[in-house]
Amino acid sequence: MKTYKLFENLGYEILNKGEDRLVSGVYCCDLLSVAMSKGKENAAWVTVMSNVNTVAVCTLVDMSCIVLADGSSVDEAMLEKAKEHNVCVMRSKLPVFETAKEIFDTLNLFGDRLEEYCD
Amino acid sequence: MSDKLRFHYEVSGEDFTRAGEASSDLKAKLKLMGASPEVVRKVAICMYEGEINMVIHACGGVIDVTISPADILLELKDVGPGIPDIEKAMQEGYSTASENIRSLGFGAGMGLSNMKKYSDEMKIDTVLGVGTTVTMRINM
Ligand SMILES: Nc1ncnc2c1ncn2[C@@H]1O[C@H](COP(=O)(O)OP(=O)(O)OP(=O)(O)O)[C@@H](O)[C@H]1O
Ligand SMILES: [Mg+2]
Repeated sequence: MKTYKLFENLGYEILNKGEDRLVSGVYCCDLLSVAMSKGKENAAWVTVMSNVNTVAVCTLVDMSCIVLADGSSVDEAMLEKAKEHNVCVMRSKLPVFETAKEIFDTLNLFGDRLEEYCD
Repeated sequence: MSDKLRFHYEVSGEDFTRAGEASSDLKAKLKLMGASPEVVRKVAICMYEGEINMVIHACGGVIDVTISPADILLELKDVGPGIPDIEKAMQEGYSTASENIRSLGFGAGMGLSNMKKYSDEMKIDTVLGVGTTVTMRINM
């Protein structure tokens, strides 16, 4: 599944459209240096940590998009950075687990290859 | 002619919004050069953790990168406070990051151990009140 299809299906708010990338799993973590080491390529990253560094970590480990859970607020700097690096940032109203679960279920529903990881 | 490529980065200690830019730039360069995804990932992790440490613990510094056919050398030099106890600092979970820094998602105390784990060789030279130099080598 691709990012655009994911937010279409789940009705997430689009904060920055970015690149339409393959999503093949879900990763959850708010500690950046843990995400840096454990985040997997092409995972949708569900987090409540919303700042410029979230975008930096996402691009460095090649996760496919950032899904801000719990309706987390974002600042201009983060959106600027997301634009600059062409990173898709969406927002869900649900908490981290529920958000990750619905992404997981959606991916499963579409029969995609899936690796699930949560720290 | 030398078969080494060198890049130099200045890392600002004040501008948090730019932290990670040197790492992103190097990552893009390595991808263009056709380095393997695994090497790119290892370098990105090592460089980012080092770059962030310079910003949050040492008011910035300079990074010199040397790329040769056999390996990539990262040298991160700062004139910050130095590290009083390297062994302690290397422990997973040990962090002196302030509340403010933690609220940005840093301070898990994982940075140095990530650098150790993802580099093939790592060396820390530090003098209290003078600064810290972290050198890492990642094999191609
Ligand atoms: N360049 C540096 N100058 C001075 N002190 C440093 C430097 N790098 C690391 N330290 C010290 O070592 C500790 C551990 O560093 P480490 O990168 O492992 O964790 P952290 O930066 O505190 O948190 P994290 O990297 O998980 O966000 C830091 O909290 C800090 O006290
Ligand atoms: Mg660190």
